[in-house]
Amino acid sequence: MKRQLPLFLVLIFGLFGIVQYFIPHEKSEWMYEFLLDWIYIIGIFALALGIWSLMRVSWDKIKHKRQNWQYSIVTLTGLFAMIFFGFNYFRDFFNSAGLQNYMFRAFFDHIMIPIQATMFSLLAFFIASAAYRAFRARSLLATLLLISALIIMLRFNPYLGFIGDYMERTALWLLNVPNLAAKRAIIIGVGLGMVATSLKVILGIERAYLGKD
Amino acid sequence: MNNLGLIISFLVIGAGLLWFLLRALQGKEVERRIIFVFIGLAVSVPILFSITFAEKASPIVKAVYDKIENLPDGSRVLISYDYGPSMAPEVEPMSNAFLRHSLAKGHKVYLMGLWATGQSIAATAIDSVVRREFPEKVYGVDFVNLGYKAGNQGVLNVIITDIRKMYLTDVGGIDLDSLPIMDGIKSLRNMNLLMSVGGGFPGIKEWIQFAGDPGHIPVAGGSAAVSAPLLYPYYPTQLLGLLGGIKGAAEYEAELKRHYPQFADTPQPGIKMMGPQTLAHLVIMAFIIIGNISFFVARRRRG
Repeated sequence: MKRQLPLFLVLIFGLFGIVQYFIPHEKSEWMYEFLLDWIYIIGIFALALGIWSLMRVSWDKIKHKRQNWQYSIVTLTGLFAMIFFGFNYFRDFFNSAGLQNYMFRAFFDHIMIPIQATMFSLLAFFIASAAYRAFRARSLLATLLLISALIIMLRFNPYLGFIGDYMERTALWLLNVPNLAAKRAIIIGVGLGMVATSLKVILGIERAYLGKD
Repeated sequence: MNNLGLIISFLVIGAGLLWFLLRALQGKEVERRIIFVFIGLAVSVPILFSITFAEKASPIVKAVYDKIENLPDGSRVLISYDYGPSMAPEVEPMSNAFLRHSLAKGHKVYLMGLWATGQSIAATAIDSVVRREFPEKVYGVDFVNLGYKAGNQGVLNVIITDIRKMYLTDVGGIDLDSLPIMDGIKSLRNMNLLMSVGGGFPGIKEWIQFAGDPGHIPVAGGSAAVSAPLLYPYYPTQLLGLLGGIKGAAEYEAELKRHYPQFADTPQPGIKMMGPQTLAHLVIMAFIIIGNISFFVARRRRG
């Protein structure tokens, strides 16, 4: 029963999702909207579960002094500090205007933004180093990739004069024709794969989402 | 100052690259640390000397500009902040330019986010753009911050039929029905333009698939450069235009500056960042060429 019930629910709601799409009737739309409300509810539970999971994993790390356990203290401190100031505790616990809380904004603007922006900016250095090592004309395909990369980068260059116009046109052609063809093929392939996987889930062939128990 | 900085940048970086080119001709490789130093120089020198370049909007960027420009005054424009702080330096110039342009045209602007971090970023945009540059605009009449709701594309699936099923209040807890800007708004279908700024999941693709296409609502976007090629298949039918990376932001800012002289003195981070990016690209290209030279020299030596 523990496995049959979820399989039955997935079959019913999965089939309804497919059939509903082809029935342009208000009853069918009402049912669809009713089911969509559940996404909201499930989303809230998922959020709570995520916070609980983070707390448990971090606390476990601190308790057993596992490798880099000190970082878990920072994680939990950050989590609780943002929740505390986010709720705007001192004024009105239930007021969602916590976003306007000075400390909440200060943490976000002066800690979170610089930290994440710095991490992302470091990519420029690693990309340069990786480009130097990876873009080698070892074969025909590698040479084509190398030339394409150079053309795409060159289109941003303002010093090329009339050559720049040709570079821009070539770069746009590369993006709009070979890139687009490959991307469309991938998107169609992924779409068909999703249909196949969804059918396997609906029909109960794919059961990995149920877990091992 | 601009030209002097440019000459100094080219001299310093060019001399160094020439030195490594000569070494490459002897089949010697360049150390990783050296590349880091050059990228650091290429990025920092243009910032110090405020090196900027003239920008011209490409068709894919112009399409977004023209759409906002040609919408009748008072149209409803939704901007979704679908990014976090890590992506902000690259895509924030776009969202700010969209917001600035929409308000200058007299459109009603609805801010929201499919990313939790988008809520705070939208609040920052209100402080840094709306309050400073458009003090006459009234919250709840000319613009509103709807905030973030959990559920990714599920949120879009719901608000495409009824916004109030997800958003009963704005981000500050004010009842949506008490805000004049929400009069006549039932769902996303009442919007004239949807704009998503981001580069990850959920983002522009989800806006196209779960809002733009089913609701027949025009979608435009601004994306990090790394994600832009993934969105090209949707342009121009499903995605009317796209700002790709700093280059797209700079082009949009230049277009805005050209047509709205009042924005001549407002910050143009996109245009400002194109200097470091252009020089960094040149350095990367130079290192790719140097790397290939040393590769071929070494291969010839090995026989």
